[in-house]
Amino acid sequence: MSFNMLVLTCLAYVILLFAVASAAERAATAGRAGWLRSPMIYTLSLSVYCTAWTFYGAVGYAARSGLEFMTIYLGPTLVFVGWWVLLRKLVRIGRENRVTSIADMISARYGKSNLLGVIVTLMCVAAGTPYIALQLQSISLSFTVFVLDPSEVGLTADPALIAFWVAIGLAFFTIVFGTRTLDANEQHPGVVTAIAVEAVVKLLALIAVGIFVVWFVATGPADILARIDAQALPQWTIQPGRWTGLILLSAIAIICLPRMFQVTVVENTEDKHLATASWAFPLYLFLISLFVLPIAVIGMELMPAGSNPDMFVLTLPLYLGQDGLALLSFLGGFSAATSMVIVASLALATMVSNHIVVPLWLRVRAARNLDSGDMRLLVLSVRRLSISLVLVLGYLYYVVTGGSEALAAIGLIAFVGVAQMLPALLGALFWRGASRTGAALGLVTGMVLWFYTLFLPSFGPGVFLSAQVMEAGPFGLAWLRPYSLFGLTTLDPLLHALFWSLLLNVLVFCIGSFLSFPSPMERVQSALFVNIYDRTGPARSWTRPVAEAEDLLPIAQRILGVSEGQNFFRAQADLQGKQGFLPDITPEFLEALELKLSGSVGAATAHAMLAQSVGTAVVSVEDLMAVASETAQIMEYSAQLEAKSEELSRTARKLREANEMLQKLSVQKDAFLSQISHELRTPMTSIRAFSEIMMDTDAMSPEERTHFAQIIHDESIRLTRLLDDLLDLSVLEHGQVQLNISTVQLRELLDKAIRSSESVQADRKFRILRNRDPEDIEVTTDAGRLTQVFINILSNARKYCITDDPQMQIKVRERKGMVEVDFIDNGAGIPRDKQALIFEKFSRLTDEMQAGGAGLGLAICREIMHNLGGDIAYVPGQGGAAFRVSFPRVLAPRAPAQKSAETVSEAAQ
Amino acid sequence: MSRPPRPQFLARDSYRMRRLMDAAKFLPLFGFVLLLLPLMRHSPDVEAPPTASEMVYLFLVWFGLILLALLMSLGLRRVLSAPPQKSDPSPLSED
Repeated sequence: MSFNMLVLTCLAYVILLFAVASAAERAATAGRAGWLRSPMIYTLSLSVYCTAWTFYGAVGYAARSGLEFMTIYLGPTLVFVGWWVLLRKLVRIGRENRVTSIADMISARYGKSNLLGVIVTLMCVAAGTPYIALQLQSISLSFTVFVLDPSEVGLTADPALIAFWVAIGLAFFTIVFGTRTLDANEQHPGVVTAIAVEAVVKLLALIAVGIFVVWFVATGPADILARIDAQALPQWTIQPGRWTGLILLSAIAIICLPRMFQVTVVENTEDKHLATASWAFPLYLFLISLFVLPIAVIGMELMPAGSNPDMFVLTLPLYLGQDGLALLSFLGGFSAATSMVIVASLALATMVSNHIVVPLWLRVRAARNLDSGDMRLLVLSVRRLSISLVLVLGYLYYVVTGGSEALAAIGLIAFVGVAQMLPALLGALFWRGASRTGAALGLVTGMVLWFYTLFLPSFGPGVFLSAQVMEAGPFGLAWLRPYSLFGLTTLDPLLHALFWSLLLNVLVFCIGSFLSFPSPMERVQSALFVNIYDRTGPARSWTRPVAEAEDLLPIAQRILGVSEGQNFFRAQADLQGKQGFLPDITPEFLEALELKLSGSVGAATAHAMLAQSVGTAVVSVEDLMAVASETAQIMEYSAQLEAKSEELSRTARKLREANEMLQKLSVQKDAFLSQISHELRTPMTSIRAFSEIMMDTDAMSPEERTHFAQIIHDESIRLTRLLDDLLDLSVLEHGQVQLNISTVQLRELLDKAIRSSESVQADRKFRILRNRDPEDIEVTTDAGRLTQVFINILSNARKYCITDDPQMQIKVRERKGMVEVDFIDNGAGIPRDKQALIFEKFSRLTDEMQAGGAGLGLAICREIMHNLGGDIAYVPGQGGAAFRVSFPRVLAPRAPAQKSAETVSEAAQ
Repeated sequence: MSRPPRPQFLARDSYRMRRLMDAAKFLPLFGFVLLLLPLMRHSPDVEAPPTASEMVYLFLVWFGLILLALLMSLGLRRVLSAPPQKSDPSPLSED
């Protein structure tokens, strides 16, 4: 194929990409970016990880070292499969803080320190330059390989010349792509879409070559596997150190590479896209890697000895006469290289402009007391200039190294360089104690070691480090030899550099953080980053606003553009409920403004600009402490409130209970009163009736008179007894009863009670069953009252035990100082539902009045027993009515009012 | 500053979700260990390494990881789309 044809194809492809990008950008501006912001586009844009190094270099790598090439894709697979741990947090922080680059991220976390931004920017440029050189090399190499026509070999004889034109073309392309619009925002939907298209092209190209190799050159997978084993070289043996180390290194690189940070974090619009990418991106890498070893093996088998294995993807189809496939493969490699260069130079240019040029320019302007003018054009021109600068650096690296043979080596050197940012980045995410000083020292240490042990030696002996230094160390100090620092000779140079640089980097980072004291701004930011999932922002960076809105509007206009700036101010004023363009300068407003500005110029610059106009109104330690103590106070207050409300509900519960009790008591009292009235009224009625008869009737026989008088007398006695009982009960209930305590024989008390109770229904014969021995107990108590209880129980039995052969069993027992006397008859007993009621006042089991009592007997008994320190209870299931009277053998004298006081206090609770 | 108290016990759904998050954290670790297995299989005395079989093994592990990540992402997506709660499950403190 002719050289011109090839160039034309490239141009047509680039124009297509440009059309896609501008269409995407127009759609995004019009708000129709739905499909542009799909997880698939996001995932495909991540494929910028697979550069020309992957496309061409992986096959060469596989040809040289067998399966080791897979480590470069297995590390990223692990990181994405484990996205929940790290990437999720990284992406969330990046989006919420409108981070513009990895340098911005680190600088923002460590107190918006521009120093850190500068360090990280320099590191990224240093590590990115060889990588860009690699892409230039691979494109120029692919041109050289493709053009076989001897008449045109002259054109491609000088790869450096091709690389030069490629660099210029890519710079132009990137400038037009990435800095096309005046809106210097952190996201570039157009670029992302173009990258996604390129991702598809390179994947299809590699798979096409792979399918051709497996099914058309070989006879299928089984044949390929057999050929792999046939071609396996001894140096393909997996080396444990390199295998493990490279998996880890590539895992680190996918997090820290500036271009990966750009597509993963900066261009991310939603957390959910990451969920899709967690499996889709590893799948992409899987597909990319699937045919690498087959292509390498077939290439080794078929290609003439001495062919560069790095170019097998291209040369193998050419060699086998598949020109169309070769062209597709060429376009794939071209896509891989261009997408990497575009994103990398865009990311690096953003860093250079935000962290080096703009701060410098602001400082110069401020020193000369000049107005900083419209910043947007400045920012854009700086970015354009930076893109060119980055590509020039890459080109220079390519020329100086003269096009190193192994592509893979260059890529890995860059990996180790960017890995130096890992400690500071992880510290930013997970360690609140990580400080600016520690991060800066760690970064510088790691960078110096990387330079000395890997980067400078990579140019080959004699370019920067003389062969003598490489062999014997500087000044003859053998322990400082670049490839075996401190005598570590067994590691290969890459692992050696990775080990020492990361180890000392982490060490210095930790020690620096332990020993330094962070500024207030750092502490605010560390809390904000580490606790990103806790929505309660602990503190604000602006606490004492002193500027006027009129002063801030020009700044915003200079950076965002006039209309965009005014819109933002109007929206903010609207949020505050104000009319017009000038919102109140609240800490919240300053926060929002700073965030908006940092989306364009980075956190450090945005903060510095606002601080300049607002005065030195940045947060101080005192403010932090005030906020902290305020929060603590609020929390303490709420804890107190919680305790109080618990106490309140407890009290309310008690009050409710007391109220219920009082209501019950009131009902009881009413019932009691109506009962008493009823009980008093019945005898009174008959007394009145009979006395009226006696008054009104003149002729009355003496018998009649005696009869009526007898009735009146009986009823009066009944009344008196009722009143006596009531009085008795009242005295007992209030614990005012006087107890005559004496020591007596229990047996005598029982004898007396049985004798007394025989007057009730004297015609009935009761058999009394007693065991006299246990009754032989001396008790010290109120003998009269106790006897009264016994009599009552026995009389009740005589009244209610309706059997032909009534009998009463009396059992006495002493237990732990308490005497228990059981009275068990052989009657019907008391139904279960009545058992709870019998001790209540006026409760009768039958409505019949023949019993003659008012239903106070057992109530009185219970009160007596309580007064005697004991109790009376009904014992169910004994074959008849059974009452158990229990009381202490020796009753201790007591304060009479105690019981009633307890009752009252219980009721009040 | 003390955090607000988190509930000690969870309903079945949130419990499942928490364990899914745990699994998502462990997955890369297990994957890493599985990827290291080829190191322990090959004896250095043999001339040519068993590249073809190791390649098949590695690609199988790789594909398994992708499948598991796909299944887990379906569940974890629900956590992401849930409205941000007061105590959003942070990776540092949850049980």
